[in-house]
Amino acid sequence: MMNKYLLFFIMGLLTYIPRALPLVVLPGAKMAPFLKRFLNNIPYAVLGALIFPGVLYSAGEVYFGIIGGLVAVLLAFFELNLLVVVAGSIGAVYFAKLLLL
Amino acid sequence: MGVDNVDIRVMNGSGIKKGFLDGIPIALGYWPVAMAYGLLAKSVGLNFFECTTMSVMVFAGASQFMTLNLIASGVGMGEIAAAVFLVNLRHLLMSLSLSPKVLAQHRGIRALLSFGITDETFAVASVKEKYLSSGYLGALELISYSSWVLGSAAGFAAGAFLPETLQESMGIALYAMFIGLLVPLSKKSRKVLFIGVLAGILNGILGLFISKGWAVIAAAILAALMVPGTGEGGENHDE
Repeated sequence: MMNKYLLFFIMGLLTYIPRALPLVVLPGAKMAPFLKRFLNNIPYAVLGALIFPGVLYSAGEVYFGIIGGLVAVLLAFFELNLLVVVAGSIGAVYFAKLLLL
Repeated sequence: MGVDNVDIRVMNGSGIKKGFLDGIPIALGYWPVAMAYGLLAKSVGLNFFECTTMSVMVFAGASQFMTLNLIASGVGMGEIAAAVFLVNLRHLLMSLSLSPKVLAQHRGIRALLSFGITDETFAVASVKEKYLSSGYLGALELISYSSWVLGSAAGFAAGAFLPETLQESMGIALYAMFIGLLVPLSKKSRKVLFIGVLAGILNGILGLFISKGWAVIAAAILAALMVPGTGEGGENHDE
């Protein structure tokens, strides 16, 4: 039987180090313009990669993911509050499940 | 860097309220995921304290779900640790991207703020704000962290009472939030749209061959490299 608390502590450290290293060790690092442009792109790229294809499998069957995703895109397109987008998407999936299951 | 032009004293005092408000969608998104984690932790035989301790110490959904799987299949500590490290390497990239925007210069404060950098807090912080005061980022992280830890405990204790249909429906929450962040930005800048779509497609392809954690890292790096910059200082409008 492994010591789970020791494992969680090690996991915590291994999760923390990549989060902290750039912020703590390289706070004032001067960046080449190329690197800066690259890092400016990162949030949008990460968002894209986090959304797709994960969204498809996020609510059970793929078509529920598609319904929820499309409703979120529609609500977000009209720049509604983030909470409205999230709640609307959950609601759409919930009703789709009630109707289709 | 642009930070020199900002009145840091003003920025650092403010932002707590905005941080909490911006954190509410994250907290709502985390809650069902955390409950699912709590439920699963119970089912693989962790006790209540083990379940919540992991959430308190690690605060990383992907790693924690993966760990439950690995514990259930009897994998040793070394392998679990290595897998966790790989999955979390993507935070190196996010932290590197956030670092110039974080106004606090004190290393202790930066060390503290580092703890709460997740996919979601990173996404909201980097898209909503140009520069990050400690109050804003701290509040954003704190409400998210609280939801994660309390949700884990709640999931372990009582998650079974929620109707299953509603639990499953809430799985869409985090994705809806990501969409809610990316779509308005894409309207303002074709480049943002292009980067996001490209990264999604690359991730879909890469995910067929490599693990999910690595696929996200590789897709984000490739998409960010393949498209020229979106302008200086993190501004989102076209150049």
